[in-house]
Amino acid sequence: MLGRPIVIAWKELLQLRRDRMTLAMMVVLPIVQLLLFGYAINTDVRHIPTVIYDQDRSAASRELAQSLRVTGFYDLLGEVRSYVEIENALRSGRARAALVIPVSYAANLRTGRTSQLQLVVDGSDPQTVGSAINTASGLVAARSSQLMLAQLSRGGIAPVGGAGLEPIRLEPSTWYNPELRTAVYVVPGLIGVILTMTMVMLTAMAIARERERGTLEQLIVSPVRRVELVLGKILPYTVIGYVQMSLILLAGRLVFDVPLVGSLQLLYALSFLFIAANLALGLFFSTLAKTQQQAMQMSFFFLLPNILLSGFMFPFESMPRPAQLIAQGLPLTHFLRIVRGITLKGAGFADVSFELVWLGAIFAALVLLTSLRFNKKLV
Amino acid sequence: MSEPIIETRSLSRRFGALVAVKDVSLSVTRGEIFGVLGPNGAGKSTTIRMLCGILDPSGGSGTVVGYDIAMQSERIKERIGYMTQRFSLYEDLSVVENLTFYAGIYGVPRARRRARVDAVLERSGLGERRKQLAGTLSGGWKQRVALASATIHEPPLLFLDEPTAGVDPVSRREFWEQIHGLASDGTTVLLTTHYMDEAERCHRLAFIFRGQLLDVGTPEQIIERRALRALELETEKPREAAELLRQQPEVDEVAHYGHVLRLTTRGDVDPAAFARQLLERHGIAVQSSSASRVSVEDAFVSMVREDEASRPQAA
Repeated sequence: MLGRPIVIAWKELLQLRRDRMTLAMMVVLPIVQLLLFGYAINTDVRHIPTVIYDQDRSAASRELAQSLRVTGFYDLLGEVRSYVEIENALRSGRARAALVIPVSYAANLRTGRTSQLQLVVDGSDPQTVGSAINTASGLVAARSSQLMLAQLSRGGIAPVGGAGLEPIRLEPSTWYNPELRTAVYVVPGLIGVILTMTMVMLTAMAIARERERGTLEQLIVSPVRRVELVLGKILPYTVIGYVQMSLILLAGRLVFDVPLVGSLQLLYALSFLFIAANLALGLFFSTLAKTQQQAMQMSFFFLLPNILLSGFMFPFESMPRPAQLIAQGLPLTHFLRIVRGITLKGAGFADVSFELVWLGAIFAALVLLTSLRFNKKLV
Repeated sequence: MSEPIIETRSLSRRFGALVAVKDVSLSVTRGEIFGVLGPNGAGKSTTIRMLCGILDPSGGSGTVVGYDIAMQSERIKERIGYMTQRFSLYEDLSVVENLTFYAGIYGVPRARRRARVDAVLERSGLGERRKQLAGTLSGGWKQRVALASATIHEPPLLFLDEPTAGVDPVSRREFWEQIHGLASDGTTVLLTTHYMDEAERCHRLAFIFRGQLLDVGTPEQIIERRALRALELETEKPREAAELLRQQPEVDEVAHYGHVLRLTTRGDVDPAAFARQLLERHGIAVQSSSASRVSVEDAFVSMVREDEASRPQAA
């Protein structure tokens, strides 16, 4: 008997059509979030504004500065003449790093003594520090070995390996997201975050609204069964969830060039369980909330641990054990692995089946909890 | 007489230590307009909720439209219409959308929905407002839509929980015309109300007080059983007169109506002779007096007073 759920779903859509604000939010929100997260949350540090304090002022020192610039990690803002100027540049935020080349740099190169280069980094942003130091030391290591080899060959000692001689190079290799662009990582995750946010909130509010306006009692005295009511409420929001998901995927493709390596059909099929779990959670919240405002607050309260713990912002592996345990109970944690697996790595059903089991278990638990709470008989 | 459409035997409901409804035995005949009266918190709504199958009784039993209220509540829900105390329409849906929604909810077949919606629109005079959003309707119109929604599936039995609360007098009258129209078409109507003038428009009444049934019968029977008589009189010293009258055991109630005192006496005591004798003995002249009709309200107040007096005085 699917008649009544459809009647209820149709009513929800009619109401939604008149609620322009909510409707706009559901379409605009994913796009705004996508741009926000895609552009603003950039954990790969490139173009660090850098000043050079070249005490040596030699051809060799200028060459070193140039090699720093061409990596793309540093933007050379210009030269400074003293440590005071470095401090001014860092404190004002004009620069985030400064390279100090000592007076004896060129001379030391010639005589084969070690030069001490100094990299001053603004430590107020730890992410910049790590990135700047890593790149610089890698660069300097490569450069020094290059120089060393050059010196050796100049000194007449035949290099091992003869003509094919190459300076030792550090070759970092990253798979799946070779340019380490954050957007590629963030956008698929964002599908999960947006779905969590809207699905939980919309369903929680959909029932709370009926309770607040007194129409729920009218439904309770009608022959509508619990499961029919729940189905009718869930149906339209599932459709909205898929629309949002498609929007994010499309915008991610167009704006951030996010690849889709795996099967789109598989992604859509598996997302159903995730959407369903979130809707069930929204319904559960609605059984607790007396007003729409409470429902909204609960949804927001739920969203925060999702963003922080699920692996959306911070790697799951680096979290302490208790946080990991909590995260296992969040649908988003598992969906993130599924969606990243499919879009970035081309994972198949078998690869993500373990996460599916988790999602299924969470969904079943929520449905059980909700039906226990959602008592159709009023007291 | 045909079998009753509602029948209860010793229906009771407790909420923890509180006994909301106690031993209510009722019988409502098909086609009746049956009024349930009682002060706030007397147990009217609790009784209706049990009859509709949304609240399980803690004791006693009952059948509604032929089904057991405890075991077959889902069957009952399909065959009744129920307008809750604060009936709420979907304010962001139009009149027609609201009605179509309830038609679907109550299982009116898709093919018949439009015809049913048109029929109730016509009957309640809502035709011109069919496209209007329910939230923009005035109280009286909202109530019409509510009644139309509750009867969209042509239920044989209609429950109305304080249907006219907060509705203006003209709309109330029109509403009652509709109720009588439904009843003459064979629909049984059970309603609760606070308005005593409405009580007199019912075929039969039940008084519920402190969860117990005090009396059941036609308005005339209920009034008759109280054996009250009423008089309106005018004197120069209404306050003293009222004071004096209230002390007499024969007097049920004395109430001020502007310049007029309204006196009700118990036990078929003739109020005119009684008042004149008493007041003149105390030197208060009665300027004029005329017999007044005893109303359901008089009977109701008398019954509640008597019940309160019979209880041990608790703080």
